Amino acid sequence: MPYDPQLVQPMRQELTDLGVTELDTADAVDSFMGSKEGTTLVIVNSVCGCAAGMARPGVKLALRHENKPVRVGTVFAGQDLDATARARAYFPDVPPSSPSFALFKDGELVHFVPRHQIEGQDAQTVAFNLMSAFDQHCASGQSA
Amino acid sequence: MERTFHHGKHELHGITVVVETSGAHTFIGRCDDITDERVVLLDVAVHDGAEGPKDDFIAKAAKFGHWAKEKALAIPRESVTKVTRLADVTA
Repeated sequence: MPYDPQLVQPMRQELTDLGVTELDTADAVDSFMGSKEGTTLVIVNSVCGCAAGMARPGVKLALRHENKPVRVGTVFAGQDLDATARARAYFPDVPPSSPSFALFKDGELVHFVPRHQIEGQDAQTVAFNLMSAFDQHCASGQSA
Repeated sequence: MERTFHHGKHELHGITVVVETSGAHTFIGRCDDITDERVVLLDVAVHDGAEGPKDDFIAKAAKFGHWAKEKALAIPRESVTKVTRLADVTA
C-alpha cells in the first residue's frame, strides 16, 4: 500500500530539487527511456531510512561530479507502483530492490547499484560508487 | 546486544544479510530483527543446495541483489551458524 503522499513529498523533492525528472507513471517512464542515445541514470527512490536516507544525499554529491549522465530520472518504489514496475522492466535481469540506481549507456544497462550496496553507507561512499561509474561510462563530452 | 533507533530492533535491522545454517539452507534477506530465539528476514531468497553451490548463490546476490522467494521467514536461532552483511561479501 502506498505511503501517505505528504510523508513522501520531501523525499521526492530531495531529488527533484537537483533537477532529477520525476517519473510517476508508466508512460512517463517509457517516454523518458525512449531516448536511448547517451547516458541515463534511473534512481529507484524509497522511503526506507536504512538505505534511502543516504541514497539521496549520495546522489546529490554524485551529480556535482564533472562526469555525469545526460538524463537523470526517478521512480518511487512503494508509491508510484506502475511507474516503478515499468522502470524495472528496463533491467529485468536484476532483482528488484529499493533504493537502487541503474545507469544506462545508449540504452544498455552498464552499472547497477542494488540496495545492499547502499545500506549503512555514508553519502560519500554512495556518491563514490556512482562517480566511479560516471567516470567509466559518462565521458565529459556527454555530461549535462 | 546492540540496539538501534528502530524501535528496539537489532542493529542489523533493515540491512540485507546472508544467514548460513547448520542444515542445507542458506538465506539472503533484509533483516527485520535478531533475537535469542530467531532471525527474522523479509523478502528472502532461499538456497537449499539444489541450485548449485552455496558460494555461487551468495556471490551472485552480492553483485546484483537477490530474488526474493518468501515475503518473510523466521529462522530458529539455534540453527544459525553465521550472519553476514551481504555488502561485506566480495562478489
